Amino acid sequence: MNEFDETAKTLNFDAPNSYVGRSVTRPNARRLAQGRGQYVDDIVLPRMVHVAYVRSPHAHARIVAIRSKKAAAMPGVVRIVTGAEIALVVKPYVGVLTHLAGMRSPPQYPLAVDVARWQGEPVVAVVAASRAEAEDALEAVEVDYEELPAALDAERALDPSEPKIHKEFDSNLCFTRTVDSGGVDAAMKAAHLVVEDTLHFGRHTGVTMEPRAILADYNRADESMTVYHCGQSPHMVQGIVASRLSLDEHRVRIVARDVGGSFGIKIHTYGDEIAACALSLMLGRPVKFAADRYESFLSDIHARDHRVEARLAVDRDGNMLALEIDDLTGVGPYSMFPRSSGVECNQILNLTGGPYKHKEYRAKGTVVFQNKNMMCQYRAVGHPIAIAVAEHMVDQAAAKLGIDPAEMRKKNLIPDDAYPYKSPSGMRFEALSHQQCMAKLLGLMDYDTLRREQAELRKKGVYRGIGLSSFIEVTNPSPMFYGVGGARIAAQDGCTIKLDANGSIVAATGVTEQGQGTETIMAQIAATALGVEMSCVKVLTGDTDKVPYGGGTWASRAAGIGGEAVLQASLALKRNILEVGAVILKTSAAELDIVDGKVVKKGSEQGLSLAELARICYYRGNELPVDFQPELVVTRHYRVKDYAFVFSNGAQGCLLEIDVDTGFVKLLKMWCVDDCGRVINPKLVDEQARGGIVQGIGGALYEHCIYDERGQLLNATMADYLVPMAAEMPDIVTAHVETPTKTSVLGAKGAGEAGTGGAPGAIMNAVNDALRPLGAKVTSQPITPEAVLRALGKVR
Amino acid sequence: MKAPRFAYARPASVAEALALLDKHKDDARVLAGGQSLVPMLNFRVASPKVLVDINRLSALSGIKVTKSHVRIGALTRHAELERSVDIAKHLPLVAAAMPHVAHPAVRNRGTFGGSCALADPAAELPACALALGATFVVAGKKGERRIAAGDFFKGLYATALKTGELLVAAEFPLPKPGYASAFGELARRHGDYAMVGVAAHGSAKGGKLSDLRVAFFGVGDRPQLAAHFSRALEGEPATAQSVDAALAKLDADLAPRADLYSTAATKLHLAKVLAGRVLKQLLT
Amino acid sequence: MNAPLETVEITLTVNGEKVKRTVPARLNLADFLRIELELTGTHVGCEHGVCGACTVRVDGEIVRSCLMFAAQADGCAVDTVEGLSDSREIEELQSAFVLTNALQCGFCTPGILMAAQALLRDRPNPSREEIREYLSGNYCRCTGYQAIVDAIEAVAKARAGRSK
Repeated sequence: MNEFDETAKTLNFDAPNSYVGRSVTRPNARRLAQGRGQYVDDIVLPRMVHVAYVRSPHAHARIVAIRSKKAAAMPGVVRIVTGAEIALVVKPYVGVLTHLAGMRSPPQYPLAVDVARWQGEPVVAVVAASRAEAEDALEAVEVDYEELPAALDAERALDPSEPKIHKEFDSNLCFTRTVDSGGVDAAMKAAHLVVEDTLHFGRHTGVTMEPRAILADYNRADESMTVYHCGQSPHMVQGIVASRLSLDEHRVRIVARDVGGSFGIKIHTYGDEIAACALSLMLGRPVKFAADRYESFLSDIHARDHRVEARLAVDRDGNMLALEIDDLTGVGPYSMFPRSSGVECNQILNLTGGPYKHKEYRAKGTVVFQNKNMMCQYRAVGHPIAIAVAEHMVDQAAAKLGIDPAEMRKKNLIPDDAYPYKSPSGMRFEALSHQQCMAKLLGLMDYDTLRREQAELRKKGVYRGIGLSSFIEVTNPSPMFYGVGGARIAAQDGCTIKLDANGSIVAATGVTEQGQGTETIMAQIAATALGVEMSCVKVLTGDTDKVPYGGGTWASRAAGIGGEAVLQASLALKRNILEVGAVILKTSAAELDIVDGKVVKKGSEQGLSLAELARICYYRGNELPVDFQPELVVTRHYRVKDYAFVFSNGAQGCLLEIDVDTGFVKLLKMWCVDDCGRVINPKLVDEQARGGIVQGIGGALYEHCIYDERGQLLNATMADYLVPMAAEMPDIVTAHVETPTKTSVLGAKGAGEAGTGGAPGAIMNAVNDALRPLGAKVTSQPITPEAVLRALGKVR
Repeated sequence: MKAPRFAYARPASVAEALALLDKHKDDARVLAGGQSLVPMLNFRVASPKVLVDINRLSALSGIKVTKSHVRIGALTRHAELERSVDIAKHLPLVAAAMPHVAHPAVRNRGTFGGSCALADPAAELPACALALGATFVVAGKKGERRIAAGDFFKGLYATALKTGELLVAAEFPLPKPGYASAFGELARRHGDYAMVGVAAHGSAKGGKLSDLRVAFFGVGDRPQLAAHFSRALEGEPATAQSVDAALAKLDADLAPRADLYSTAATKLHLAKVLAGRVLKQLLT
Repeated sequence: MNAPLETVEITLTVNGEKVKRTVPARLNLADFLRIELELTGTHVGCEHGVCGACTVRVDGEIVRSCLMFAAQADGCAVDTVEGLSDSREIEELQSAFVLTNALQCGFCTPGILMAAQALLRDRPNPSREEIREYLSGNYCRCTGYQAIVDAIEAVAKARAGRSK
């Protein structure tokens, strides 16, 4: 496979002393459990000031005048800066990716300059000694707006009569793309049955427990900028801050310590964050911006909000022949920088129906601008929609044909021996296990018993629903995801690992920790590859001054890509250590291994401890031959080369009960079987699945950013925006199938998004399974009690 | 989201509190448990110049049972109501409502009087007070006055409290023998404000309902009694038909307001479903 | 404290230590703990009393510290996660949380530990449903709650086992 093959051969992940595959606890969890985390808002720097923003109260308005004299004289106020003034020090940014052909978005500035284009867009920055004083003053800033007609409805966005959001464009179109395998029409025509539906997915958002926060500290003396950022991609932010503020990139340092949840919310370029950096540059002192919850709802990216028309053709026996979808989404007034707001739609086009073996597929995607907060990538980008659409259509066809949904899936899922496989949308699958996962899921659920219970209960007027979903998940993205489109977002990741003078191991990695357990699994991998105790491995993340250049943690890439870099670096360090051992023990490296932190002759338990070896190398080099130089620090990098993405797959099941008088849906239990390749830490993978599923439940049943006809977000509080809470959540049963990817030695695929991707489809199918005997069906998410009552015809 | 500037006063007696309220008139707000007022301050939708913190006024706290009624002091915390043996025994309706009131940490701080004086239309306790025919005791510069619950709730976050007045307690008549109560609430998530709630109290002897007071909350701008509904059931043996006929009368009693997640029609439907369930409870 | 004041002098006990400060009346208890006393283990997630991240104990009972002003804590005993960690009062819960991975990002955890400790004091042997209901005012975006329920249930069972 590569130059490390020989050392790699010594790897045995199944060995009793391997940490890979074991549910070890997270060393950093203890610190967090004692409240000893350090989140951005916990950091206080000398001379630090706070910024708060006047935000547009209108969805679309011209800024006519700004008067801030009175506000500037208020207690604690340090400086008041308008969007136009910020624009003088920040280069605008354009959120397009060139490989999403034809995508367009105009230059964007951190704060609105002449026109505000969504309610909540920052307009004026108020810097003061405390956040409270900044808020006092921003109430006194007077902004005259001339309200403009707003384009809000994606369905109408391209209508010539709609207000145009950007004068430089002829319409509100951002991006459109079509995928076509060529034979959809013929297949539909020849089919025994074509089912059609239009599905709606509500706009929702990430609601990270810790709101976004940034602390920018510009030092005029050495022209350096240190940014404490709660984010997932420090090097990306480094590049953005440097390029937008015209700073030397190597003098910009991004530090991401503890991050209170991210889920894709914190990997984007937010104007209020860039403005905080610009203000630090202008003032020459540290500026903190910590969003409050109201600002979070108004300005954290939103996601989903898709309308999908779908048609599925099947033959008499239920074999799927062709699938067609038309996706429409409105993404706000700009495409978000630098990842673009076209990716969710693009994913839907790429992924819908991906688990199934139909040959014909056509998909059209349309992304439009609108005067609402921007949408962009949030956990499981596109997957919940792609999966829910296909799973819904599969169930619709099965119901029409009288085929059990489980049977329908077994019949149509790509067989496990069919790989490598290319989907009709052009996705290449290396090795998936849909059939095995579905079989395992049905066994775990005791599916047949559930069906029998369901039938018995229906006789008593109890409406239970059972829903299934099969899914694929994009993980371990290659440069084909962002890099190819011109975005400065690393697809590769690196690890620098060293044996310190005291015999301990320090591994620095470009991937980041937001609680998933990144640091833990990296320590597991390093300890396993090096043959040392995990407790002697320290992992460093989240500091551009200290870790190799990397992408960070997103798109379920940390374990698969960052983990492989750690593995390769560890193997390289091991080889170097063995060479040193060979010199000291006067033998050949091939005779040696590292076991329990000691360099030993293979088969022997006695040997040279790494502490002793390090002592000799670092302090007693005089004992080594003059022509031998130990190298106890190595760096290795890894990127996915053979595939655009390394897909994972799995299946989910949902059991719920519907109160048909109130429309309330009670989740009773959920199941998830995930194949993320080599499982490094089963417990952590389980918890990714559970947490992910609950976010999927949020989108399916509860969460919705509700706008009125003037583009006002009506539920921008945690009392009104319904996130899933403990009392309503079910227990979730998880299991694994392991098909390690051969694109790496480690064999790990990502696991972070499968739960969120698969849950909405399983839930909607379960709801419709419960409603089917009543002749009712829901096609919109979130599935509120009112939606159920409407479907049942109980209210209009 | 920081509260605006205000001046803080913590009177040591009810008299001092009243003097402060009188002095600062509409510039002052009473700070009781603060579980609704403080969020409003933090959001800056309320900006009183003076906050009169009544939390140290122990005279306003506590539950007292007399021969004729249960007196709940305005400063009695939700958690005290929840744990009170007296409430469980004499006001089972209130006891049944308590687990629906927000969450433990909020119940530790939130007060009975604060909830009633705020008059959130979706709150549980005002509806209980209305169903049980409680009388609010209000103190002012000129002394105390008593306001029946039916006259106390005036609209959306509006009560009969006048500027300078302080809610000090409510007196709940002890339920008559043979009377029962039942409580029901629909909320998307445990502890949320109700989409629709029903607090019912009345005589349910021998399967016959009479003297019913059924208070709905979360449907209008204030808790409201369903008079037509109760009248339709008065003295009738509760049968499926009589209950259905009574539920139909709710069209006349209720004019629900749509909220973020439900139209008026949905609310009315839910109110009927819930009322039917609560009646069933009442009869068992 | 009869005359209304914009600045208030307060004396209170925080984690067993006596603290005296002069604070703006509008400073809420969460910000007082975090900014004034540098007890940053108490987190601020919504500032309107919904998320539960700022839950602390005042005079033995859990409260939302964002819904109380520091001025109101005058004369009170306040306990934060730092104090309960130092005193080892919640050590068992913390260990169970680590063992079951009942925390990921850790931002909600101090508040949830406060609630869990209060629950087990009032109801030493809660059912899973009771645990879920009690925690219904504590938002966690990472875990999906199950591991949290597992951890609290495990501690309850361990304590029950010992008391037999």
